[in-house]
Amino acid sequence: MKAGKVRRRTLTYAGLGAAVAIFLTGCGTQFQLLNPAGPVARTELNLFDISIVLILIVIVPVIGLLLYIVYRYRDIPGNTAPYDPHFSDNRVLEFIWWGIPIIIVAILGVVTVRTTISLAQPPGSTSNASPMTIEVTSLDWKWLFQYPGHKLATVNYAEIPVGVPVQFILTSNAPMNSFWVPRLGGQEYTMPGMALRLWLQANQPGDYYGHGANFTGRGFAHTTFHVIAVPMAKYDQWVKHVKTTAPALTLTGYKNLAIPNVVGELTYSSYPANSFYNTVMNDGGRFMPSTMQVETSLHH
Amino acid sequence: MPISHLSHWGLLVTGDPLLYGADASIILASVGIVFVLTYFKKWKWLWREWLTTVDHKRIGIMYLIAAVLMLFRAGTDALMMRTQLALPNQHFLGPEHYDQIFTTHGTIMIFFMAMPFIFALMNIAVPLQIGARDVAFPYLNAISFWLFFFGAMLLNLSFVIGGSPDAGWTSYAPLAGLHFDPGPGENFYLLSLQITGIGSIATGINFLATIFKMRAPGMTLMKMPLFTWSIVATNILIIFAFPALAVALALLLIDRIAGAHFFTIHAGGLPMMYINMFWIWGHPEVYIVLLPAFGVFSEVVATFSRKTIFGYKAMVSSMLVISVVSYFVWAHHFFTMGGGVSVNSFFAVASMLIGIPTGVKVFNWMFTMYRGRIRMKMPMLWTIAFIPCFVLGGASGMMLAVAPVDYQFHNSYFLVAHFHEMLIGGVVFGMFAALYYWWPKVFGFILDEKWGRWAFWFWNIGFYVCFEPQYALGLMGMQRRMYTYPSGMGWTALNFISTIGAFLMGIGFLVMAGGIVYSIFKGERDLTGDPWDGRTLEWSLPSPAPHYNFAVIPTITDRDQWWTLKEQGKQDTLRPRPEDIQPIHMPKNSAKPFLIGVAFFAAGFGFVFNWYVLAAAGLFCIVILLLVRSFEYHSDYHIPVDEVVHTETALGRL
Repeated sequence: MKAGKVRRRTLTYAGLGAAVAIFLTGCGTQFQLLNPAGPVARTELNLFDISIVLILIVIVPVIGLLLYIVYRYRDIPGNTAPYDPHFSDNRVLEFIWWGIPIIIVAILGVVTVRTTISLAQPPGSTSNASPMTIEVTSLDWKWLFQYPGHKLATVNYAEIPVGVPVQFILTSNAPMNSFWVPRLGGQEYTMPGMALRLWLQANQPGDYYGHGANFTGRGFAHTTFHVIAVPMAKYDQWVKHVKTTAPALTLTGYKNLAIPNVVGELTYSSYPANSFYNTVMNDGGRFMPSTMQVETSLHH
Repeated sequence: MPISHLSHWGLLVTGDPLLYGADASIILASVGIVFVLTYFKKWKWLWREWLTTVDHKRIGIMYLIAAVLMLFRAGTDALMMRTQLALPNQHFLGPEHYDQIFTTHGTIMIFFMAMPFIFALMNIAVPLQIGARDVAFPYLNAISFWLFFFGAMLLNLSFVIGGSPDAGWTSYAPLAGLHFDPGPGENFYLLSLQITGIGSIATGINFLATIFKMRAPGMTLMKMPLFTWSIVATNILIIFAFPALAVALALLLIDRIAGAHFFTIHAGGLPMMYINMFWIWGHPEVYIVLLPAFGVFSEVVATFSRKTIFGYKAMVSSMLVISVVSYFVWAHHFFTMGGGVSVNSFFAVASMLIGIPTGVKVFNWMFTMYRGRIRMKMPMLWTIAFIPCFVLGGASGMMLAVAPVDYQFHNSYFLVAHFHEMLIGGVVFGMFAALYYWWPKVFGFILDEKWGRWAFWFWNIGFYVCFEPQYALGLMGMQRRMYTYPSGMGWTALNFISTIGAFLMGIGFLVMAGGIVYSIFKGERDLTGDPWDGRTLEWSLPSPAPHYNFAVIPTITDRDQWWTLKEQGKQDTLRPRPEDIQPIHMPKNSAKPFLIGVAFFAAGFGFVFNWYVLAAAGLFCIVILLLVRSFEYHSDYHIPVDEVVHTETALGRL
């Protein structure tokens, strides 16, 4: 009987270990959140892992204890477990279960605040390249990417160089959406009349799935886009290619894009001057701290 | 791309066979009801005994029936969504129809299932637990019910007349504004919630007054049963949180029908303000529906472990702490709005803090079972099932409170799995525990155990099969609120499994309903009034309790008054003695609460379609009815001693 108990316990630990290992290491690239391709998503995954471990400290004993208590104290004839109908108070026990959650929340709180602060900064570049900016406008039901550095624009896909921190400046010219590229990092809202910033970076080449995350009506399920990370040399080639071959995005073209519908991927060699800035200004003109300076320096 | 078009420019929604089916079933059900009532000559009975009643027990029953029907309706919505999502690229529902269905699913589950369910429990149990003969304002209580009822009717009507709302149960502006969402659907949402919300605020005030002013002599606050305490905490939340919702809804309605710009994109509107105001109500709302479930678990766990609740004071203080802290966490519903480091840090830590008192409650429930004798009756089964489910949901909730992690999980299926784990595993399981627990007290017979167990296992297995895969889907990057998804993302298998789980829960619901029908005919009758060997005052009364509840108001000396008396063999002290019986002061039935509900319905319907003559007529009727009521001087009466003696003798208590 003792051997059986030991074996059962070993099995339990092994199963638990396997479950934890799956979560910590990730299993299959289809679990996008567990397969970060850049420092932001990596940091967020690390924090997720820390929170899982901290929480397991509480929930595993709780569920174990529940099973034990329910089994041991069930009301069957001949149950020899003690019965104490007035046991309703125990200072020591109560200190323990107020104390443990407090300690765990304290640890988790500190880690959370630290990471929140660090993610507001540009991620560490791996290539000495200076950060670049892409302006993102969510439209019904498509994504417009404008590259102020090259004055080119794309729809429903964005090319970025590997290893370079990218600040996405986000707004919307339609109901609020949320810009999410799971393998590169967490999302942020695109709001009409506001400009928010989201730092992301890809550390390996790849085609990363992106999608609107906040419901925007009929065409919402089709607000997919791709972020394609390529080495710097290839990125430069792409820019050159776009500048020489793609058509220009005219003001009329922009107005057509704003019409609610679903389109495929599009590429433009230029776009109307200040169109992103004007979109933000027309709908309210609120800028997240320091995105205003970025915009002003880019356009004026 | 194929985006189908449901027409809602005509009055009746057309263009989809499912809708014609709904039209037909509504007409058939109405005709059936009218026929049955006429055939059995029950119209007068319906009017006298139910539609005009001010008795808290009957109002509770009506809330209960409505809640179960709405659980069916919104559950059907859920099954339609899961059918659509079972496989990629399906065309069972088009985007417009899917959007309407997920919107009404959420809206109905929160406002017209969870809320009436907790109101049902309050009405059924609170006056009996505190030794009162009714609530503080019985007439207002009836108004609350009819406002809820006609609010629910208004929203459900939208399915066939005019078109359902389709901007999500949160109805975020500017998507829900007139520019992006023309048509009456969104107006139905705003007006039905506004109407039912007025009723909810009134209920909050009513039950706080009842609990603070109408407890039996000797029942100090710290001698109140924990369910009653949970209702105190819930109602404090209601009266402070619902006004925020009322204002948000009203401003959005003014935007829509009067062309204002509170929440529009242009002309200086601030859409984010709507989202803030919505969640300033919305997060407390989570606890408004969860705290009563906590109260139920506290009653059930003590009763079925035959043991005093562990840490009563900690239970009370943790509920009050939760009700205060839950006002300071609303922004965790939109960490990703770019509020900045300080805002996100504050709301992240505040959200984690809520986990502390909640965790303490779980420990207290477990140590109530510790050294007890646990009887596995239906209420206890649901309570035990609640704990692991709630602990898992709480764990994922802690992860979502970690703001940077939430950037990845926000709006994903991870979130969907989390809140269903809290709202089904927490609230619905709690309501089911309460349903089985207080059913004999309300109806006089016990719900069948065998049917109950089948339903229990279908629900529980179905729950985990449905929602655990959704955590994984979140980790795979699947967003919520998509009417379809492509193949090749790896989402197909898990979605299919999830759909199977949803249907298992659907079967669970049907078995549960079957069990109720079976028990009506064959269920064990509760002749003692105390089928569970209960602890609190309601179990000292016969089942069902007489109209006036207590022939003589008892004097309270102990927290578990009934249990203590049974231990001492002094149950008889709670039986009325003939010499103590006096005429009992009771409120008269009234048709006005029902008529006020009708008038609100007419006004709401008028506003939905911008028919201002009807709207004005409805509002005018409301004012008239209120005036008539203010000049009514004979709204109460006394039950003579003879009648009380007669009733009590018939019940075998004299």
